[in-house]
Amino acid sequence: MSTTAIPPVPGKPVQAQTGTPRADKNHKQTVSAKPVTWKLPVTLLALAVVAFIFFGLMGPQSTARFGISSGGDFFQLPAIEVPAFPAGIVLSVAMLGLAGYAMFLKTKNARPPRWLPAVFTVLFVVAFLIWVVGGARTPSISLAGLIAGSVTLAVPIVFGSLSGVLCERAGVVNIAIEGQLLGGAFTAAIVASMTDNPYLGLLAAAVAGALVSMVLAVFSIKYVVNQIIVGVVLNVLISGLTGFLFSTVMQANKEMFNSPGRLPIIEIPVLSSIPVLGPILFKQSVVGYLMYVAVIVVWIGLFKTKWGLRVRSVGEHPQAADTLGIKVNATRFWNVTLGGAVAGIGGSFFTLVAIDSFTKEISGGRGFIALAAMILGRWNPIGAFFAALLFGFADNLQSIVTIIGTPVPSQFMAMLPYLVTVFAVAGLVGRSRPPAASGIPYVKG
Amino acid sequence: MSENKEPRRSAEPDPDRITAPQPPPPQPADADIERPEEGDVAFATSLDTAGGAMRPSAVPVSAQSGTLPGAEDTDSVLRKIFTGNGIVTLLAVLLALILGGLLIASTDKVVAATSTYLFARPTDFLTAVWSAATGSYVALFQGSVFNPRGSGVGGQFAPLMETLTIATPLITAGLGVALAFRAGLFNIGAQGQIIMAGILAAWVGFALDLPMGLHLLLVLLAGIVGGAVWGGLVGLLKAKTGAHEVIVTIMFNYIALYLVRYLLDTPAFQRPGEATPISPILDVAAVYPQIFGSQYRLHIGFLLAIAATVFVSWLLNRSTIGFEFRAVGANPKAALTAGINVPRATILVMTIAGGLAGLAGVAQVAGTEKVLTDGVAATYGFDAITVALLGRSTPWGTFAAGVLFGAFRAGAVQMQIQTGTPIDIVLVVQSLIVLFIAAPPLVRAIFGLNPRKKKAAPAGKSQKAAATGGAA
Repeated sequence: MSTTAIPPVPGKPVQAQTGTPRADKNHKQTVSAKPVTWKLPVTLLALAVVAFIFFGLMGPQSTARFGISSGGDFFQLPAIEVPAFPAGIVLSVAMLGLAGYAMFLKTKNARPPRWLPAVFTVLFVVAFLIWVVGGARTPSISLAGLIAGSVTLAVPIVFGSLSGVLCERAGVVNIAIEGQLLGGAFTAAIVASMTDNPYLGLLAAAVAGALVSMVLAVFSIKYVVNQIIVGVVLNVLISGLTGFLFSTVMQANKEMFNSPGRLPIIEIPVLSSIPVLGPILFKQSVVGYLMYVAVIVVWIGLFKTKWGLRVRSVGEHPQAADTLGIKVNATRFWNVTLGGAVAGIGGSFFTLVAIDSFTKEISGGRGFIALAAMILGRWNPIGAFFAALLFGFADNLQSIVTIIGTPVPSQFMAMLPYLVTVFAVAGLVGRSRPPAASGIPYVKG
Repeated sequence: MSENKEPRRSAEPDPDRITAPQPPPPQPADADIERPEEGDVAFATSLDTAGGAMRPSAVPVSAQSGTLPGAEDTDSVLRKIFTGNGIVTLLAVLLALILGGLLIASTDKVVAATSTYLFARPTDFLTAVWSAATGSYVALFQGSVFNPRGSGVGGQFAPLMETLTIATPLITAGLGVALAFRAGLFNIGAQGQIIMAGILAAWVGFALDLPMGLHLLLVLLAGIVGGAVWGGLVGLLKAKTGAHEVIVTIMFNYIALYLVRYLLDTPAFQRPGEATPISPILDVAAVYPQIFGSQYRLHIGFLLAIAATVFVSWLLNRSTIGFEFRAVGANPKAALTAGINVPRATILVMTIAGGLAGLAGVAQVAGTEKVLTDGVAATYGFDAITVALLGRSTPWGTFAAGVLFGAFRAGAVQMQIQTGTPIDIVLVVQSLIVLFIAAPPLVRAIFGLNPRKKKAAPAGKSQKAAATGGAA
């Protein structure tokens, strides 16, 4: 990030990041311009070379076919057929060009433009997709299905990362997203089963997520316990609690406690027939629509309102905020609670939309992925949304390529999002800049 | 904690200061993070004695000469005992067990039945609650320490051996986490480090054919190297790129998991003629000998865990590197100013931490399991975090916590068989213990031991005092 970052809040000094952020409180250094590093150009070059060798030179000599329209669409579009080998060459040469441009800029000591890594990522993903599909036994997939499935898988991750954004922007690290998702999923299942009303389940999930978050808030704000510790322990606690209650209560009487109805898929008549975009935007459950609403509301709230300015000031410089009369710890408490409620709604997706029952560890580590999405999205709701989509895409691609049969082992496909995150955190994103006071408890005086 | 050499604040007002008040010593704003284990007790009582009027003395107790007049009256001694770290730990464990017992009772069928006529015969209800909770805990104890129904002394203490067997990876992995904590790093990656160590150790164990002794030594080395590389890589990324170690370690856990799954799908690792992802059994020369014969699973990995504890204890308290680790953990900037190579210390501490977790991986493949599966790390890597937290990141504290959690794990199996209480209750109790220990004021408030109540100290200050007991 050091090379490309524009600080999320314009006009605010850029803080030099060193070592553990916890200890930085009294040692802020403000630098006017960070030197342009070689990190981004070199990473891009390495990736471009990999793409050139694998996707280009060693690319399959077949034609990859991407279906766009599904049967019931408003109007039909022909499938895209891409000859894999030339496409791989063209795309990887374009990537090499971008990497070269970044290097050229570095020699001029100029910052590469923000669009460069984004365009590079898109090219890489497309080249990878063509390579994977082209090398498969049946080189044909439905692009519409791939994207729609990615969005579906991304829903809980998006909610989780929004929770992370809300907490960290106010200065509290939220490692407990996993616990909030799991708590939401469990409560949604049990309440929806008992009341026969999935909407009540949804509401209960938000409450459960908020309760989990309140524990985090009380321990980290009132008792000033290290936030990462509380988060880690909370995940274990919720995992144990839901596992215990699942084994004792839910298993004993499935009809009564573990048969939540599904939330219906609401289809908006004409719009949902638009190819590709229709199913994503206009054929979702309530949770799916809420996701879009939440992303926009959180973004507007954080960056366009008085409330958001206060929250961000608490996360960046609590002393200054306090001086101006903002109640730092109260702001943090309610923000963390709100974040928990958002994550809880995301958790309800597991039991009310995806599957209609709860099982142990149903969240399956997606809370941690959400954490990564938040960082990849640079603590910005919209960035986090797209990062979460990327993870959903990788997740979905993995299951699709196992079906169509590719030379790439499915385990490596599954590994991909995690590798990308490491790359992103270490290479492309570099010294990602969290809110300055994130993770540091605020004790007045 | 014996190795805490940081200055303790005096429990006594300094006479000089009363007559000639000096400007208050600068309070480090992040004291709560940097002095994790500092006696909040001493601080709290100092506020008591001074009635809140005094700044705590900056002179360490150890540097002050003579006994402090009036400090050791019985009341304060008693209160120290009852508010000290030891008692808080005990009370936290007790509280967690009580809450766990209530959880067990709340889902118990007999309790539910008696609760319908609660007001008619409350004793029935209370008896049912008591027997549900204690029944589970008795089974837990019998499964982890002493089983009176066992055949002979050997059989009766078999559960204890099982406890120590399970404690072995918990201790070594916990030491890895604790060591990184002390250098200010959150090593969530013990899970991945155990897996990587398991992969290498298992491969050396079943693929090579070497003489007795040498083979085991190579297995041990391979495992330690595997864990150390996986941990060191995190340190390298942290030091060179500033990537946050929490994220990197979490990601590395998943990468290691999918790597072992992939490898167990390949001919090099999969057992011939087997469809399930499981490796061949390790060579006889490559496994740990059992300590007390073949009837117990306890292997010499446990002795190595003791040795590792001694090593970490020496490293942290007696070696230059350990001093550097602690300095970096306390304040990286100050350490840098003092000439400590912080990136080097970061890489080194993660490498050693990974190596310790690797020792846990070896204990799994060469000691307990003798094969490699994708569940080689079970949940030891994650449990190691709670173990290190419970042990307050001290070597012997971690050792004790590892044994305690090993007992929970071993006993839970027996508990589930005997009383049907799910194993998950152990997770609840474990995490509650750590939560309570992290917040001593909460525990003291619940048991009515808060020194604050006796004399009103300014709220802000007492909260700060509370803060010092917080972080690991």
